[in-house]
Order: sequence, then C-alpha cells, then structure tokens
Amino acid sequence: MKRFAAILLGGFTLAVVLWAQGALLITGAGATFPYPIYSKWFDEYHKLHSNIEINYASVGSGAGIKQVTDGTVDFGASDGPMNDDQLKAYQEKHGSGILHYPTVLGGVVLTYNIPDVSAALNFTPEALAGIFLGKITKWNDPAIAGPNKGVSLPSTDIVVVHRADGSGTTYCFTDYLSKVSEEWKTKVGKGTAVNWPVGLGGKGSEGVTGQVKNAPNSIGYVELIYAVSNNIAYGSVRNAAGAFIKADLASVSAAAAGAAKNMPDDFRVSITDAPGKNAYPISTFTWLLIPEKFSDAAKRDAMKGFLKWALSDGQKYAKDLSYAELPKEVIAKETKALNKIQ
Amino acid sequence: MATSTTTVHGAGPLVGSRSFLSKLREGDEIARMITFLFAASVVLVTLLLIFELWQDSALARHKFGLHFFVTRVWDPIFDQFGALPFIYGTLVTASTALFIAVPLGIGAAIFLAELAPARLSDALEFFIDLLAAVPSVIYGLLGIFIIVPVMRDYVQPALKQSLGFLPLFSGPAYGVGFLTAGIVLAIMVIPYIISVSREILLSVPRDQREAALGLGSTRWESTWKVVVPFARSGILGSVFLALARALGETMAVTMVIGNSPTISASLFSPGDTIASVIANQFTEATGDLYLQSLIELGLVLFLLTFILNGLARLLIVLTSQRGSKVSPA
Repeated sequence: MKRFAAILLGGFTLAVVLWAQGALLITGAGATFPYPIYSKWFDEYHKLHSNIEINYASVGSGAGIKQVTDGTVDFGASDGPMNDDQLKAYQEKHGSGILHYPTVLGGVVLTYNIPDVSAALNFTPEALAGIFLGKITKWNDPAIAGPNKGVSLPSTDIVVVHRADGSGTTYCFTDYLSKVSEEWKTKVGKGTAVNWPVGLGGKGSEGVTGQVKNAPNSIGYVELIYAVSNNIAYGSVRNAAGAFIKADLASVSAAAAGAAKNMPDDFRVSITDAPGKNAYPISTFTWLLIPEKFSDAAKRDAMKGFLKWALSDGQKYAKDLSYAELPKEVIAKETKALNKIQ
Repeated sequence: MATSTTTVHGAGPLVGSRSFLSKLREGDEIARMITFLFAASVVLVTLLLIFELWQDSALARHKFGLHFFVTRVWDPIFDQFGALPFIYGTLVTASTALFIAVPLGIGAAIFLAELAPARLSDALEFFIDLLAAVPSVIYGLLGIFIIVPVMRDYVQPALKQSLGFLPLFSGPAYGVGFLTAGIVLAIMVIPYIISVSREILLSVPRDQREAALGLGSTRWESTWKVVVPFARSGILGSVFLALARALGETMAVTMVIGNSPTISASLFSPGDTIASVIANQFTEATGDLYLQSLIELGLVLFLLTFILNGLARLLIVLTSQRGSKVSPA
C-alpha cells in the first residue's frame, strides 16, 4: 500500500515537474483583499522573467499565516500583521523568523441606507463606536446629527450590518474602533472576526452591501476598493487631526505617510487613526510574509527580485486597480530591508 | 461453498489458484468481495471522519468540556467559545423548514401519485427533479433578492399584526432571520419529499387500492386510509432525508439568516447555524483554540445528525409495527 502511494506520488510529482518545464515555481497563499493586484503582479513579472512562476491562492489571511507556518507554501500574505504568538510559533517550527513587507494600502469605508437622505454623512469616531457597540440606536442621536447640520435625520432605529466571515476588513475596522474607544477595546477587541455586540452579519463585501441596500436605516462597512468599483456611496470620518476626510487613494496614502515617520523595523504597524491633516483614519497596509531563510537559493533570489520589482515598477499597477500606492519613505525603508532575506 | 474453502486452506498453491480461477469464472466470490469493499469503504469514511474531528478538536474539548454545549458566547478575541446558539439555530431553522415542507410535499406527492393523470404526473416529476438539482447558492440568491424583501415589507408586518401577541412573531422585522431561513430551506427540501414519497406511493400494490375501492370506499378514502398508511415508513424516510439536507445546508442559509449568534424566541430574529458559522469563519480562523472550536462544532453537527437519524429509525420501526397491526383490521 505504501509503495503504491509512493509510486502514485512520484508519478504525480514527475507530471508536475514536466509540466512546469524547469521553470522555478514559487507558491504563496493568504489574503483575499490584495488578490487582484497580486495576480496582476505575478503575471507581469512572469512576462519579464519567463523562468519564474509565482502561484498565489487567495484563501484568507488566517489560512495564509497557517500555511506559511506549516511550511506548505513559500510565502504568505495577510491584511493584519502576525501577532507575537504567531511569530513565536513560526520561530519555533523553522528556527528562523518571518518578515513582513507592506505591498499596497487599503481603506475601509462606511456605507449606509437611510430613506430620503442622500447627503454624504460625517461620522465622528465616538458616533461609530457608539453605533457598533449598540449604544447609539437612533439615526437622529445628537452624536450623529451634530456634525451633520442641515441633514434631517429620521428617528428610526439603526440596523447595524457587519461581516459574518472572518476578514482583513473586519480586522482593520475593529483595530480602528479599539484605538478610538476604550470601551470597544476592553469589551470587543480587534480581530478578523469578533463577538459583535449588535447587528446582522453578511457574507463577504457583497453580503454586507446587499444587506445594507436591502434594509432601510442600515449602516455597514466595506473595503474602499469594493465601494469604488461598485459605485457605492460612503460617508466621511473625522481623523485624529479633527478634519472630516472622505476616503480615496490620496487620503489613504496620506495615512501611511503619517505613520512612516515612526515605522518600526519589522513593518508591523497599524496605520488606523494615523496623524496627518489629510489622512483617512481607517486605513491599512497589506503585507507579504516572507521567511527569513530560504533553503533553496534560487527561490530566495527570485523572491527578492520580485519584491524589488513590486516595490518599484510594480507600484504603478496599483492605481488602476484602486489600491493606494506606498509612500516613498516606506518604499525606501523596505528596499533597504530586503537584504534581511537570506 | 464450504468444501471449496477447505480445499483452499488444505492444499498447495496450485490447487488453491485453480479453485480461485474456477471461482473467478463463476464470478460470485469476486463480486461479493468487490461489493463488500465498496460497502466497507462507506463505514471506513464515516469512522475516519469522526476520528479526524475528534482528534483535531482535542484542545477545545479539554478546555471547555461539556460547557461547550451550554455556553452562549462565541468570542474569538477573548477565546470564549460555545455551541448553544448555533445548535439552537440549526434546530429552529430545520424544524421550521419541515413544518412548512412536510404537509406541502406529502400533499403534492399524494396528488401526483394517486389523483393526477399519469402524463401530468410524469411531466411535473420532471420539474421537481430539476428543482432538486438546483445549486443551493441559487436558492440563496432567490432568498436575498425576493424572499427577504417580501418578508420584511409584507409577511412579517402582517404576521406581527395578526399573531404579534405570540413571542414567536415579535421584535423588529429585518427580513433576514430564522423564519426566512426556514422558508428558503423548505423550498429546497420539498422536491426531495415529493419525489421520494411519490415513488413510494406508486409502488403500493394495485390490489390494495382495488380492495379498498371494492369495499365501497371513495377514491380519497382508499388513498388516505389504505395507500398512505401502507407507504408510511417510506414517506417518513423521505421526511428524514429532507431533515438531513436541512440540517447540513450551508450556503443558502448563510445568505438569509443574518449570521448573528443569538437565541431568541422570535422567528424574526437573526440567528446562525452550525454549518454556516463553520463556512464563514474557517478560512480566517487564527489561533489553535479558535480553529479547534470550529472543528468541534463540526463534531456537534455530526452528533446531532446521528441522534436525529437514530430517532428517525426508531420512529420508522415503531410505526411500521403499528401499521402491520392495523392493516389486517
């Protein structure tokens, strides 16, 4: 039985090798949010270097971290940085560390559906925390109505909609709420899935959007890219500098620039509630997770080459796909850090 | 048979292979072996499944013990996991679905098998089989775009006005929730009930009907008092097939249930089921305890299906005994 399995496995491997025709195959898995730009990058890079082929499975950030830790893929990708426990687990298993490299930026926006209200609303951090904690239950609550003078808000109950599936979008949004609200931080916390105090769950961005469109007086959160590509209206949020900012590529990049000054060496940094007059407060990096040590020197060089390209020429593809580009300071620091890969 | 076996054991390899060849020519033994392997593989897969679920949920089982079944909190951040809201949601949606689907499905099956002209019955059967083959995500979309708005704007307000004094029909009407999930599930399982029940009813021997009619009963009396009781255990079987489908359905339920782990007496309230929470959270489950709790939920669903199937078997045995006692009378 064992021999049979071995023969089968051998044949399969042979077939794969023959099929790949000597090309260097690198595999990765992780976040779904950056999948469109990653697949574009891998495609373009393959055109430039026909001997290098990078396969990416968009299985979700959590699964990406798990697979790279298990060693079943060459690199991972995540919308939230790995926490200390996860880093420790990786270190214990492989005897060397794993590195974070930010690739592009994303933002999370608030979409709502209030009958007879078409104006773009302004949200304060307090109002958002109150709504998602279930403490603010009416649309005409002073916390919401205050910064929206001139808009007549109804006295109807707010229907809260959140993601039901685990998601980097939820991570970014709850990370933001944890920073602006002490109560959120102690009661709910941040993560790809949390114990929501109130609301309905929708599966995926399309599920949340569908629920919000369907249910009058509802509010939900989705990725900026999803909102832009589907023409969904969304509100502005007050940032740390006190200005109401509407999310777009420039204001998301501004959030990263604001954080760049205090960028730690391992790039594990949250840029929610970032300083800076034009910074959109619910923004995030998305990271590639690259092992510090590759056993295969060819793979290591290919990976380094790809990263170098993604951080320079690759950035120009971001805009067309509605991702915000990395600020120059971050790129410079990352390029320098590439030699940590051994 | 017995002698040939002794020959194999007693004699050398040559005789053994000759007798094996003669068996091969007959084909009986080899067919028996192959089919046995097939049957055994079903058992093997089931056992492996249980083993894997049991193995991979060790951490969660040790940490929570039996509390897992009664805890109402599901909090991945503070590592508190309990299955109660999901068990509740699974049972409520499945029973709501059966409550709607069983009378409709069996009624339709009786019409198709007993009362409708054969040509009409066959034509309708074609459509029913077609319905049974529709992927569940299509039913989910149907739920989101048609049933949810209708529920929110018409059905739930109407129910609230007429039966609002019952806790079952109270609370805000979101459109999504237990009731909507139950209705979508009912639509999904009705074809199973109709299709299987119709076949069972058609297989009831002709002389049963003729005898009843000959004794002076009307068409309906012969159907309701003779044919249906005769087919009772088969019809129950179709209902439990439907129940199994309702318990495990994932996609369509996720799309219309509201995905909020709440326990509420109101059918209007959003809820969550075991299958849907696993599908939603599995890919992004970071942390061992979180992942293992989801796997334990899978084990719970397995257990739930196992218990309900056992009860179904018991019910069939009990009713068929009673049926055989009644039928001579």
